[in-house]
Amino acid sequence: MPPRIRLDKCNGCEGLPESKCEEACPGNLMAVDSRTGKAYVRFAGDCWDCMSCTKACPTKAIETRVPYQIGYHKASLKPIMGKNTITWKCVDIHGKEETYKYRNRMDR
Amino acid sequence: MANISAKRAVDFRPRNVDDVKTVVIDCDLLIIGGGNAGCFVAVEAKKINPDLKVVIMEKAEIMRSGACSAGMDAINTYIPEGKTPEDLVRWSRDQVGGGPLREDLALSNAQELNEAVDDLERWGLPILREEDGSIRYRGKWDISIHGEQLKPIMAEKAIECGADVYNRIAGTGLLKNGEGNCIGAMGMHVRTGEFYVFRAKATVNSTGGAGTLYKSYTADSTDSGAQIWMCPYCVGSGYAMGFRQGAELTSLEQRWVATRTKDFCGPVDTISVGYKAPIINCKGEKIMQARYQHLGGDSAPRFIRANAPMEEWLQGRGPTYCDTRGLDKETNWRMMCDYLNERPSFVLFLAARGQDPVKEPIEIFGSDPYIMGGHTMGGFWVSLDRMTTMPGLFAAGETAGGNPNKFVGGCAAEGKLAARGAIKYMEETGVTVPRELDEMQVRMEIERVYAPLFRGAEYDGVVPRAMKDRLQRLMDEYAGGSSQFYRTNEERLDYALKHIAILRDQFRFLKAADLHELMQANETMDRVDVAEAVVHHLKARKETRWAGWQTRTDYPERDDKNFDCFIETRRDPSTGKVESFTRPYYQIVSGERFKS
Repeated sequence: MPPRIRLDKCNGCEGLPESKCEEACPGNLMAVDSRTGKAYVRFAGDCWDCMSCTKACPTKAIETRVPYQIGYHKASLKPIMGKNTITWKCVDIHGKEETYKYRNRMDR
Repeated sequence: MANISAKRAVDFRPRNVDDVKTVVIDCDLLIIGGGNAGCFVAVEAKKINPDLKVVIMEKAEIMRSGACSAGMDAINTYIPEGKTPEDLVRWSRDQVGGGPLREDLALSNAQELNEAVDDLERWGLPILREEDGSIRYRGKWDISIHGEQLKPIMAEKAIECGADVYNRIAGTGLLKNGEGNCIGAMGMHVRTGEFYVFRAKATVNSTGGAGTLYKSYTADSTDSGAQIWMCPYCVGSGYAMGFRQGAELTSLEQRWVATRTKDFCGPVDTISVGYKAPIINCKGEKIMQARYQHLGGDSAPRFIRANAPMEEWLQGRGPTYCDTRGLDKETNWRMMCDYLNERPSFVLFLAARGQDPVKEPIEIFGSDPYIMGGHTMGGFWVSLDRMTTMPGLFAAGETAGGNPNKFVGGCAAEGKLAARGAIKYMEETGVTVPRELDEMQVRMEIERVYAPLFRGAEYDGVVPRAMKDRLQRLMDEYAGGSSQFYRTNEERLDYALKHIAILRDQFRFLKAADLHELMQANETMDRVDVAEAVVHHLKARKETRWAGWQTRTDYPERDDKNFDCFIETRRDPSTGKVESFTRPYYQIVSGERFKS
């Protein structure tokens, strides 16, 4: 299920040993095209929708989408990673917005 | 102490074995799979002996790998004050309808459980507490967490303790010595194409379960081929590696089937247990109360609760729902946070359906069957030290069988037990890593693993995806998948075995265009091996003990006289022939086993 990549925002994590999305994906599905320098999904149908790539992207170029055969156009869910917190912004197909913010780590 | 980056993928097209570079790493303890259990193996081993060289071979990247990669919203078992480890074993036994189960393993796990969960909290996991500071229980045994960072928290600790993590190395086979004992494992680097040989005094197999043997009902004509709730990248390679070398498997017929949210597979306990939302059918009847009160209603064994909505569909009373209507806004907000912690994209799915659970109930359906020894009992037969029947090979978490209902806390606890068992084995046997590399064994494994890539994309053969799809359809329709409401019979199972034999014979046509596809080719060969074992287990249990998990239409009743025991399989490494047999059950913890 396809992470949607905004090519205008993706820089392929140039300079890093591997891009953050290809590092994060538990299925080895993300890669960076050596010609364009942009990230792509090897096969969308193998995606688990775990959103690890979406959380990891430093330029917020990745959005997780539900495939149309399963859910309608267009809803969005965007994670914003903070220090010890996560904020999620969700918009449904009717435009209704909801925000969720909570602690995801305690101080050790 | 190192977390070794896998780097970016390279274009690697070897023509034969000589083009494949071999990297040899020697260590004391090898852990195959740095997930929930694997991380705890590493931490415990280094705690016992900081001088041990501990290596984790990880197929993905350890920060987001395995079943916990998306996060978790609860720890399903934590023994509350006033309850004992024996009480937990009794509960676990009830969940599997009175057993059989390995009560020795279950008890040792239960004794270790709370300390392992406390570790997680010490490492930074937010466990939700009541205002008086006590832990917030959402059911009898399960506690609520904000586990979005659960996997990174465990992984950081494994790295911090001094283990070396080799990322993006997909394990393919075990390494054995002249006596047939396990002395490490081998795998392919999915980015560089190098072949890694890890030689170790002891090896813990903690690769996770097998989540993709059966077809998901959402797989047809959608971009959602992996719409399963278990990690779809845990394909059963750990089972396959041991099975190929003759290690004994137990109880694979007790498949894990769970009630899940329909069309977009998410947890249901989150709503039904966590928020007391009843399960209803299309007429609004409360299913568990209307039809299963005599089996415990909402507290009925887990397989009965899993099968109940599917029975409603079968009887013409679907759709089925978890009735969330009328939840107040704040409670609903908390429920959405739970989902965001474990299965965040389910919240996106609801948004994409334009659905407000306060106004519309959440639809539910049965999942496809998975083999997972952390949930049900399928896995390696192990000793109390968690050693498999192959000396030197240990199992923890989903790979260790006979001991159901472990979940996150139990897999963590078992990681500790396996680490202790492995260290004890090293000390008692004085096992050493051989001086010379067994070149022949390594060469044969490279030949087997890389063959699809040597054939290349232009070869007139079979792409791994096609073989995976074929297997998943076969298992779904003949070995009791969701399309068949989990039912099967002797003739269907024989049919499945016949076609599994054809698939195995067709491994020689598999082809791969790149390293990612080569990994998929090997995963699918592993799936076929595990599927064969599953079918033998289903064939051998000629009764119906756990309807839904294991339903035989030709033997619809429970048969305690013949089958109150474990079903085992073993494959002869030289002939490839699979034999099934039984092992007896021993009740260790007192109490009534069969309540109905």
